[in-house]
This record gives sequence, C-alpha cells and structure tokens, in this order.
Amino acid sequence: MTEADDKIRCDACPVLCYIRPGMTGACDRYANQDGQLVRVDPHVLLDHAVSEGGKVVPFVNAEGLWSGDILNTPGPFVTAVGAGTTYPDYKPAPFIVSSKADGVDMVTVVTEGIYSYCGVKLKIDTDRHLGAECATVRAQGEPVGHVTTGEYGSQMLSLGGVNHLTHGGKKEGRVTCETLLDLCNGKSVELVVDGGASVIVQAGKTPIINGKFEERMRVGCGSATIGMFAKQWGDKVDEVVVVDDHITGVLSEHQAGKLLGMRETGIKMKGRRSTPGRYFHVAEPGTSWGGTNISDPLDIIAGFNPKVAWSGMTMLMVSTTGEQYAFYRLGEDLRPVEAELPETLRESVERISENCEPALCSVLFMAGAGGSLRAGVTENPVRLTRSVRQALTTVTAGGAPVIVWPGGGITFMVDVTLLPENSFGYVPTPAIVAPIEFTLRLDDYAALGGHVDEVRPLDEVVAQHAKRPNNVFASGAVARAADARRKA
Amino acid sequence: MRAPPQQGRFADGRLHLHDGPIDLIIEAFGETSAVEAAYVAAWRRFTSVLDELCAELPLLRADPSAGSPAPLGPVARRMAAAVAPFRARRFLTPMAAVAGAVAEEVLEAMTSGRQLTRAYVNNGGDVALHLGPGETFSIGMVDRPDRPSLFGRATIGAADRVRGVATSGWRGRSFSLGVADAVTVLATSAALADAAATLIANAVDIAGHPAIERAPACDLDPQSDLGERRVTVAVGPLTPGEIERALASGAAEAELWRGAGLIEAAALRLGEGTRLVGAGASPYKGCVRTVLPRNVAKGRHAVG
Repeated sequence: MTEADDKIRCDACPVLCYIRPGMTGACDRYANQDGQLVRVDPHVLLDHAVSEGGKVVPFVNAEGLWSGDILNTPGPFVTAVGAGTTYPDYKPAPFIVSSKADGVDMVTVVTEGIYSYCGVKLKIDTDRHLGAECATVRAQGEPVGHVTTGEYGSQMLSLGGVNHLTHGGKKEGRVTCETLLDLCNGKSVELVVDGGASVIVQAGKTPIINGKFEERMRVGCGSATIGMFAKQWGDKVDEVVVVDDHITGVLSEHQAGKLLGMRETGIKMKGRRSTPGRYFHVAEPGTSWGGTNISDPLDIIAGFNPKVAWSGMTMLMVSTTGEQYAFYRLGEDLRPVEAELPETLRESVERISENCEPALCSVLFMAGAGGSLRAGVTENPVRLTRSVRQALTTVTAGGAPVIVWPGGGITFMVDVTLLPENSFGYVPTPAIVAPIEFTLRLDDYAALGGHVDEVRPLDEVVAQHAKRPNNVFASGAVARAADARRKA
Repeated sequence: MRAPPQQGRFADGRLHLHDGPIDLIIEAFGETSAVEAAYVAAWRRFTSVLDELCAELPLLRADPSAGSPAPLGPVARRMAAAVAPFRARRFLTPMAAVAGAVAEEVLEAMTSGRQLTRAYVNNGGDVALHLGPGETFSIGMVDRPDRPSLFGRATIGAADRVRGVATSGWRGRSFSLGVADAVTVLATSAALADAAATLIANAVDIAGHPAIERAPACDLDPQSDLGERRVTVAVGPLTPGEIERALASGAAEAELWRGAGLIEAAALRLGEGTRLVGAGASPYKGCVRTVLPRNVAKGRHAVG
C-alpha cells in the first residue's frame, strides 16, 4: 500500500508500521526500499568455533580482524542472514565484504538468494511404512512432494522443487513455500502421504507417525541384527527370527548361526528367500513389527518341518528396534505356544533397543544459485560457477558448510539446523529466501569480473551496522547499491 | 502477511521468543521440570501479547489526558500504571514502558504457581527479574551495543528491592531526546525502570549544541508517540566538560526520581564519562560499580 509520500504500510506483524523510504519499521527487520517492503535484519556475525547449533556470539574480536578462514578458526564471520537481496540481480549483491588476513585480501560476497528452484530432502528415521514410493505427500491437503527411496533405517521424502512451487495451482505453490519455510526454520510440519501415514516432522526432532513418537532408529536390518547378536543367542535359544519388512533374519539358517554350529530347526518362512537366513517381503509394509503390517509375528511363519523340528524347541521373535518381541515353545503338535521371555534373553532384547540411535528427522535444504544471483557477485556469472568448481570460491549458507552438487550450476544442499535461527524467509512469488555466501581471494574475485568497486572492508560494514539502527538502512548497503545503479 | 510468533532455544538452553518487534531472551533456574514448565507458560502467555497491545495501540501512543479511557489489556495496564507517577512532571506515553511491561507480564506467567530459584526475561535490554531466597543476579552494563564491553556491573540480591533493569540511550532502538550512550536504571519493576531510563536518558543533554544532530520524531517514524519532538540522530565530538555537564543534568533527573521512590539506582554513560546515582546508598552500597571495559557482553545486558 503506497501513500502519497511514499510511506508504505508493513503488514508483517500487527503493529502495521507506516515506514518512510529508507527507514525501517519498529522491528528493524523490515524496511521501505524505493517503495518496496524488504527484509533487512542486521547481519548475523557468528563464530563457528564457539557456536553449536547456530548460537550467535558477540561481534568482532579484539583486533577486529577476520582471519579469512571460514570454518576452522574462531572470529566473526559475515553471513548473509538478513543481508537483503537486490533481486533481480542486475545490481551488485548487498554486501561485498573484504577483510585482511595474512596479507591476503579475502572477499566474502553475501546476499540472500531468492530461490524458485529449491526444495527439501527429508530423512525420517523410521522402519514404519510411510507410503509407497512416488506417493504424493501433502500439506494442508495440497501436494508438496513425494515419497522417494527407502534408505538405511529411514524413509526419504522429497518436498518442494520448482514444479510444486510454480507449476501447480496458486494454493499449491503457496502451501509448498510455507511448508519448506517452516521446515527450514526448524518448525514442525504435518505431512500426509496418499495411501500412507500422517507424519509430524521437525528438523532435529523425533518424528511423530500416526500420532505416535518414533523413539528409536533400527539397530540394523533383520539380517544384520542376527549377525550382531548371534553370539548372545547361540546357547540360550534354538531359533531367533528378527522381523523386518526389508530383510528378515533367521538365526539357525544364517551364516552367523552356522558358524556357531546351531542345529537346523525346520522353520519355514513366508516371503522370498534371498540367501540363507535372509528373507524378503515376509509381509506387507506397515507401521508395526519391523515396519511390517503384522501384529502377530507368527503370521510370517508358514510352519515347521516335522522331520526336523522338535517338541520343546524354543524360539525368540523380535523386531529390528527391540520394541516388540515374543518368546515361544513348540508343543507336541509342533505349533508355537507363547511363553514368558526368559531372563537370559531379556537382556539381549534390551540390548537391541539400547543400541538403537534416537530416531530423528533431518532436513537438507537444496537450492540452485541461478544466473541472476550469480550476477550479483560478478559481471560474468559463468566464471563464478567455474570458480566454485575449481574450489577457488567457497560457498556457505548462513555460515554453514554446504555440499555443492557436481555438474552444471551451483546447486547446493545444507543441513538447516546449522544455520542461525530463522535464517530463511520467503517472497510471495512464491520462492524461498535463504542466505548464501561466496568467499574467495580478492585477486581471484577481480579475475572473475567481480564488482571490485563495491568491495567494502569488514570493519566498515560492522561499523555501519553499529550505527543507529533506523539509519542503518539509509546509510548502509542498499543506499550504496542504489548509488551504484545511478552511476551505472 | 502476519508472521506468527516464534520460539526457539539457544544451544545453552535459553529460550528465545519473537513476535514482530518483540524479542525476549528468557532463562529460568530450578528443578528441570519446573524450568521446562515455566518455558511452556512463557510461550503460552507470549503468543497473544503483541495482538493484545496492537488492539489498543492508538490509546497507548497517546498522551493520556483526563477523561481518556484506561487501557484494558494486562500488559497495557502495567504500562499505564508505570508511567503514571512520572506524568505529573514529564511528558510520557504508556509506550515508554512497553518493553519492561512485556518482560514483567511474561515473567509473572512463568513464576506463578511454580518454584523457580531464579529467572529473568530480557526484552531487548529491559529485564524483569525473579529471585528466590538468597539468590543473586549479576548484571553487566553495556553502553554501545555495537561495541559490547562492560562499563559497569550490578549485583542484585534477593534482599534488594530491585526486580527490574532497563537501559535507554540514543543509540538504542527507541528514540531518545538526549545524548546518553546508555542509562541503566534499577527499579522495583521492569516497567518502572523502563519509563525512568527513558526520562533520565532524555535529560542527559546539552541544549543547542551544534555537534548534536536532531530530527522531528515523526519524520523518522510517522507513528511515533513523540510527534514533532526532536530526537537525537547523531552526536559529534563533545569535550570532557560538555560530557560532565550533560551527565550532571541526567544525574539530577535520576536523583529526582530516586527521591520520589520510583527508582533505586542508575548508571549514566556518555563517551568516556560515567555517573552513578544511588549506588553508594544503603542497601546498594557497592552493588553497582564501574569496571574496566572488557569484551564479554552478549547484548545490551549480560545477565547471568
């Protein structure tokens, strides 16, 4: 809403400030830039060596110098959190900061990227079946992603991406953006898989599946569990079945049981035998025993060979997390009859659960630093890409290390819990706003066509930000960027 | 789009609550279950605070005159009550106590019905304190948030009456009519300390000094409760004599409010000059003192 005198009314919070051009609102987070409402949080300077989980520590060490080493030394590091952006980036990035280190001028180009090409890779530590591969994942009823591969002790979901953000309906784009933003900023989100489970996920927290906390991550697949605990079982029980939707293990047939000289039991499993003692597909996937749909473990046993099995034979059935277990003794008719778990076995069952790591959700933000963002860094964007490839330029997001994908473009992934709190924002496009920093030697920066005229010493940036906050915006980088534009 | 309130925990366990212009840093001490319950209570209370305030914003920004209605919200009532005793002599709207009042309100939600040994709610430097029997807080005073170093330190014990600390200065987020880098006030409540710090910082001033740049508040913020009043925008070099004069003027203001029983003590800072008021008087003898600057502060106040 623009008033006659260029005041704008900010609707980011109920204070509803009228903000004059070049000024910030009451929060110092939003400002009026040439009639546009933009976010201008003060720079977050963080000390990697000291901070854990994005804790922010005081400004500037005694010398006021930055060693230039991003990740391994204490000292302030300028991040792009709140740097603002100049999208579309025909203007230089908001903050191009240099600092002297060992006689080498280092440059950090910091900006907040606006990513239409972005999404979240979600790893949910659980054995439970969340839904079929490729099944649609919904938030607030809107499709925001899909179930992708099952991985070690976990189920992967892929959310966002340009198709959900821009190709679906307007509501789909908005809900996708909101879901990504909440996940990246460490908030909890409820997701429902078509034909599958409902999960509440939050970065670094325990997943809640169909209303139940998933406490443990499996110790291994059923076969691995057999291998790990065979010695503890060998002389205490005749048969052990570790129930697992992926690979169910059977001790007496397993290589580990053979090595211990265990007697054959004549057990006949359902499903498909892969190698001795390892069975696939013993039941349908579900949210019960070992990620199967069974509530009675005997459902996965077809029977016992009367020529081999014997009356009084003992059998332990246990899930891959040790959460479920049952102990049986075969009767005269060779049918298993449930009995109390002997003390000697209880310990091994407890050890399975003890060896399970806590189940967590992890969120990796994935985005591509496309052409226009790169133009904020250099006049020759492809050279920045090449420089990153040649490892002359280090890429970080909010100071956190990123994985840059090989191949074209600068597509990176970052663990959202390593960024300072609430580092992510959004624009109604819809797209996610996230910090990104490129750090390189000043001479390399000049060589790749960098905006060398815009480079400002670190102490100057810190000093400008130390001024009265209401003036920061007017006297700071945006005014500078505007000057640069006028010159151009 | 109205962004919802947010809560987060720092790696060291402190709680951070944020909504619009409000940022609270909260820490409670005691049994783990009581501390966690207190954090839940803080969040529950916090989620509606900003909306409650905004519902009455025009009233809270106005100079209360005879016949203007009393505000209704609990935080707003704290604000109005805190500024009322100062209003006989000075212009002050309830907004002068907003930060302290929010801190107090959230602290009360945390402490009511549960046992905490200590707790504080720090609202951008305006701090509400809870002290169990025999407990103390040590508070570091910072004059320049851009160059955090301690210019003073205060130790507050359960036996003292102090339960609120606030700092005001032209470099801070709110407008000031004066030139103080920082005025830190200790008072029986955070809202009182907040209002008094504003007035004392306004009084640290030299009228008509050419090195002091001022602008009408409404030019900077169209909705400022200060209207046409000229607020400090920049302060050029001042001589030691000028600093002394400005601090003396502020100290007189602080003495006025201490005499009226509205504040307990104050520390005034301008450039390299520091003045303490009430720090030598019993029971605060020695509890507020200046220290050599050290680079250890985390924010406007280091509390711990």
